[in-house]
Amino acid sequence: MTLVLDARHVAAISRHGEADYPAEACGLIGGAVEGDRKVAVQLVPLANQRTDSARNRYLIDPESFRRAQEKLERDGLEVLGVYHSHPDHPPAPSEFDREHAWPWLSYVIVGVERGRAGEMKSWVLAEDRGSFDQEPITTEERKVVWQ
Amino acid sequence: MAVTVLIPTPLRPFVGGRDALELEGESVGELLDRLTGEHAALKPHLFASDGRLRSFVNVYVNDRDIRQLSQRETPVKPGDTVSIIPSIAGGTAVAEELPKLSHEEILRYSRHLILPDVGVEGQKKLKAARVLLVGVGGLGSPAALYLAAAGVGTLGLVDFDVVDKTNLQRQILHGTSTVGVSKLESATARINDLNPNVRVETFETHLTSENALDIIREFDIVADGTDNFPTRYLVNDACVLLDKPNVYGSIFRFEGQASVFHAKRGPCYRCLYAEPPPPGLVPSCAEGGVLGVLPGIIGSIQAMETIKLILGAGQPLIGRLVLFDALKLEFRELKLEKDPDCPVCGAHPTVTELIDYQAFCGIGVEPSYDGAEITAHDLRDEWQGNPDLLVVDVREPHEYEIAHIDGAVPIPLGELPDRLAELDGHREIVTHCHHGARSLKALEILKAAGFSKVRSLRGGIDAWAVNVDPSLPRY
Repeated sequence: MTLVLDARHVAAISRHGEADYPAEACGLIGGAVEGDRKVAVQLVPLANQRTDSARNRYLIDPESFRRAQEKLERDGLEVLGVYHSHPDHPPAPSEFDREHAWPWLSYVIVGVERGRAGEMKSWVLAEDRGSFDQEPITTEERKVVWQ
Repeated sequence: MAVTVLIPTPLRPFVGGRDALELEGESVGELLDRLTGEHAALKPHLFASDGRLRSFVNVYVNDRDIRQLSQRETPVKPGDTVSIIPSIAGGTAVAEELPKLSHEEILRYSRHLILPDVGVEGQKKLKAARVLLVGVGGLGSPAALYLAAAGVGTLGLVDFDVVDKTNLQRQILHGTSTVGVSKLESATARINDLNPNVRVETFETHLTSENALDIIREFDIVADGTDNFPTRYLVNDACVLLDKPNVYGSIFRFEGQASVFHAKRGPCYRCLYAEPPPPGLVPSCAEGGVLGVLPGIIGSIQAMETIKLILGAGQPLIGRLVLFDALKLEFRELKLEKDPDCPVCGAHPTVTELIDYQAFCGIGVEPSYDGAEITAHDLRDEWQGNPDLLVVDVREPHEYEIAHIDGAVPIPLGELPDRLAELDGHREIVTHCHHGARSLKALEILKAAGFSKVRSLRGGIDAWAVNVDPSLPRY
């Protein structure tokens, strides 16, 4: 699958990572599946629940996930993935990320080097849970549709 | 009527894209077994290899987490809704991936590796650690040497000074061959020789409110080897704001102190000393002197505490202040409490960013001494033309013994207010000390007492020895 992000989503994820630096920032990506494309529509920034080692860990607890999921479902969207930042580390998943990963979801990681957001990559857990495989991100500038 | 099982998006591909299933069963365990029996590919995502539910898989019966109920045994009845809710965790590879040790390192650290509290794991932690030393002088010298020898992977050094011969009595990181060389260059060469596995990162600058956060942020632990109050408060506040442990040491003459300040786990420096002393009350090592071995002891304690923090071994010196008296050879320990009203680490902090520490410590508001100082050359010329000129040496008697200017009258600064009667107010007076600071204080005292023709020798007897009388020893 390909993850389709709006340019504003990319900017918002980067800004969230910079704002929470040196802690890890995290949030959910809501959207809809269109064929083999996961099209992001809305981001749900969440508070990192880890207070002990927020610099190198993040946690979205089930209550936050549930509330975010319900909110997205009211808008007719579903959870496509999760984003988080890697302060002073490249945007590649760690062993810890892989061990705790859910299948199918896109794991978007942005590296934040010395407070500046850099590269952004998306990863999907392999079906056998043995590896994380990179997933292409397409950035599209979409027109805002007024309803 | 069956039980409804809600499937979260990441698991829907495994159940034919459906978001809910109707299943029969009497307990959560039974339902989950049925679910993974019908959809085998789900199993590794829900259960770990030991058969237990994965830590990030949460199961709710209606609105309650089964961890608060009876886990797998939680009963369900027709009409209930069972939800599988993800919690999502992750992070960077800091904690779990420690660097490997080379054969050379295994040999070098063998006495550590056979210690149960260090071992291979601990040595790898040391290698992964990043420690910042603020100041590579008296305290920083032994701290840097022992941390480098112990195999701390990265040492950051902050200093702006040049090695001076008077440093060598205690600053064992430097040597006669590096007098006149920058301390960072001298320190880097010595550390590289001691242990080439250590990466040295140098910051040739004063630590200031502008750069402190950027420098300290990059390190795990800070060892404070500064010799002045503004920098000490700066290091403390920056460490509190960035949540870094601050391994503190300070020395004066024959006494020393050490503690570990980590606001998350105990008090900070401001909980101990809320306000700095008035400027000039506590003399620096240059003014008051220090026994050369003393920083060796206190700096080594700082290195020891730093290593303990990295290893997570023993009881760190958090919440305790060690006082060392070299003359009595006595260690005492004070318990330190966290101040709930501490302006930086208390419940309602008023210091939430770095401030002007010079101003906070009352420095930089001194009156201007324009025209009140005289250079060594000018003093010599004027004194030759006016033998009536009175030179007052305000240093201590033991300093007078090291070197003195012929013809100067010794009156130690502390005795000056009581001995004003010995001075003739009609004569031109020039005060002098070692480097020119105390003589300015003497100048203030004399002016306040009504003496008008008073000046101070800029640079003190040291400038006199350099520019006028090279036969005098410098100290």
